[in-house]
Amino acid sequence: MQNKSYGLTLFTFLVYLFLLGPLILIAIASFEPSTVLKFPLTGFSLKWYKNVFEVGLFMSTFKTSVIVSLLGNFLALLLGVPAAYALSRGSFRGKNTLNAIFLSPVLIPGIVLGFTLLKFIIISLHIPIYAALLIGHTVIMLPFIIRVIGSSLSNFDFAIEEASLSLGSSRLATFFKVVLPNIRSGIIAAVLIAFLESFNNVDISIFMSGPGISTLPIQMLTYVQNYFDPTIAALSVMLMIFTAVIMFLIERLLGLSYFTKR
Amino acid sequence: MKKRYLYMLLMPGLLFLTLFMIFPLAATVGSTLFQNGQFTFSHYTQFLTDAYFLEILGTTLLVSFMTTIICVAIGFPVAYYISKLPPRGKSILLALAIFPLLTSSVVRSFSWMIVLGKNGLINNALMGIGLIQEPLSILYTPTAMIIGLVHLFLPLILITLVGVMENINHDLVEAAQSLGASRFSAFRKIVVPLSIPGLIIGSILVFVGSLTAYTTPALLGGKQRVISTFLYQNAITLNDWNAASAIATMMMIITFVVIAIMNKAAAKFNPKG
Repeated sequence: MQNKSYGLTLFTFLVYLFLLGPLILIAIASFEPSTVLKFPLTGFSLKWYKNVFEVGLFMSTFKTSVIVSLLGNFLALLLGVPAAYALSRGSFRGKNTLNAIFLSPVLIPGIVLGFTLLKFIIISLHIPIYAALLIGHTVIMLPFIIRVIGSSLSNFDFAIEEASLSLGSSRLATFFKVVLPNIRSGIIAAVLIAFLESFNNVDISIFMSGPGISTLPIQMLTYVQNYFDPTIAALSVMLMIFTAVIMFLIERLLGLSYFTKR
Repeated sequence: MKKRYLYMLLMPGLLFLTLFMIFPLAATVGSTLFQNGQFTFSHYTQFLTDAYFLEILGTTLLVSFMTTIICVAIGFPVAYYISKLPPRGKSILLALAIFPLLTSSVVRSFSWMIVLGKNGLINNALMGIGLIQEPLSILYTPTAMIIGLVHLFLPLILITLVGVMENINHDLVEAAQSLGASRFSAFRKIVVPLSIPGLIIGSILVFVGSLTAYTTPALLGGKQRVISTFLYQNAITLNDWNAASAIATMMMIITFVVIAIMNKAAAKFNPKG
């Protein structure tokens, strides 16, 4: 269009300033040398970055978060890949209902899911907190695994599979040697998306912290409610860099169109 | 493939979700309808006649409603702008919207504590230029919650709308203009109606998301409770399981009702019928 609207360009710029400005401010604030976050900075220091590694609880909860996200991811793959395959390969009665059930954990408010898991898994079934945390995270990762891998499978030409079968390869061998390699990028992307979803989760994890067990976001939440020093800003910057790297990988694997589809 | 095998592949996941999602939810809902073995609605009537709870519910709905309206009002023109950019510019702006979406909600809420706090950027700037003498209390108010929630959900409605607007044939807009329609009326009569289904889906995501968000109200809302922080307080701080279960059930009902109404509306307004 020739007559570009300058007003709309300016408005868009301001909206992006609103979206990204606060995140940039965190990065600036993380260099503040004094113990209280403030503007403008009184100097320049990297000591809060060092402090992140010296606060034992950040390190231990980071470890818990990574372990829970990775193990949960593995469980969700074990449960999700066969289901995604069956849902996109077969036509059978109740397929739409089953599909809806597998995607439903994203529709249930996280805080409700977290509470009911606490009530039934920890209190009624006496499952230890750590295991319950893992179960909860597997539940919320499952829909992402199924959706992303399902859409990969829907782009896969099943004639290739038929060819392998008709040449005498078994179903299982065909799945591992023909189907899986063809949807590899979808699987990696699904793992990354599910990982972020789990790693950043607050709603489920907040009900599942006990003596010595907590995830990093919950530890950060508690810290922010009690202290106001730049340690959290430094930690946030590290997490943002980590997020940016994962986002870059997802973009390489699926393209940005993954995010705009609803 | 034999159907038997298909069901076998689905079974592990289905059992897992039944045991760890469907059963806990159903049991929670069920438990709210009984007291000492007797069927009763008393858990609900108790809440729905309690002024404190109604105030929390009212605040939650108001905050969610305001967040949705603001997200739509800001998101619509910006999404239109993005959807008409050349591919490279579009990708960059989309990526910059997706990045905050993937960033931890704790980090994003914390960033607003820095901006809105007593020693924060806004107060320091306003006092610096002498506009105010005392710092404003913005943090720990419903306004702070709305700002934080708009920041949280604006990217979601942006990328949803861009996804829909990309598919609008812009030749239609140019045709309307060449036939004498003003730029604004071409936008209003072509782009707006074709975007309504996307707008409704985006609004559902924002409204339901705001209604059930925990981190942002917990960090920016101060003493002001919303329904999700109230649920947490009842479950963990007060150990009142009956109350927490009733709140959880009401949250689910509100969520499903909103989704159902808006889905109906989306189907009705869908120009493709």
